[in-house]
Amino acid sequence: MTTTAERNVTGTAFTRGLGVVTIAGIVLLVILGLFVSPADVNQGESVRIMYAHVPGAWLAYLAFIVTAVSSAAYLWPRTRSLTWDRIAGASAEVGVLFMAISLITGSLWGRITWGTYWTWDARLTTTAFLFVTYVGYLAVRGLGGSHQQRAKRSAVLALLAVLEIPLVHFSVELWNTLHQEASVAGRGTDVTMDGLMLFCLFLGVIVFTLMYVWLVLHRQRALHLQDMLDDTGLDAALAARRAEANV
Amino acid sequence: MDDLGFIAGSYVVTFGAILVYVVSVVRRSRRAGRDVPRSERPWT
Repeated sequence: MTTTAERNVTGTAFTRGLGVVTIAGIVLLVILGLFVSPADVNQGESVRIMYAHVPGAWLAYLAFIVTAVSSAAYLWPRTRSLTWDRIAGASAEVGVLFMAISLITGSLWGRITWGTYWTWDARLTTTAFLFVTYVGYLAVRGLGGSHQQRAKRSAVLALLAVLEIPLVHFSVELWNTLHQEASVAGRGTDVTMDGLMLFCLFLGVIVFTLMYVWLVLHRQRALHLQDMLDDTGLDAALAARRAEANV
Repeated sequence: MDDLGFIAGSYVVTFGAILVYVVSVVRRSRRAGRDVPRSERPWT
């Protein structure tokens, strides 16, 4: 039988409180998004997918930017610490999850609106490319070597990968695409969305932000524990090798 | 409601995927935490 201390390995009072607020936010988002908010004049009921699709995409961007900033902090000699590397790794992992959610929900939305799950449209293609890039980033993190080697090579990759985000974001303006332009923060865009729809969208962004913070805190602590175990295992292996040499 | 399956499916996929990831994070941290004393965890 496990004790409470064994179950709360990476949790603190803050993360537990954050978790409760996040779950309440999810329940509110589902109720408002699915049952209370109005249907759109053009898109009908399918607009409800927006409350999961758009926050997923925005938070994936944020997660990848945090990965890049943390990676830069690791590479900068004055702030070099493996904590930055672990935050970068945790943030990228959550970003990949949110990007996958955005791609799948977008595909379902596309099936209703365009009549197809997928088309090689500029926004969809660049988003898929961004997703694959960060899956590759996570694979590179998993290659062998010391923690410092892992941190250095993945930090360089993160600083290159983040350059794709403007390409994805502005793809709807650079090329003719099926995908609509920015819903809220587009260049010269007047927000003409219904008040409750706009509220649901921003509630979605807040809920996804809370989930992001909760997930990154727990994941980077789990990575910290894993690094400590790796160090312990390495020390034990070195001690065993030295003992063999002295026999 | 039109296209109910797609709309409900998008919410199921979203929160289902997040739930699966949460379970995986918690399981991995518990596995790693088994061998690290509580006193050595910087956040406790």
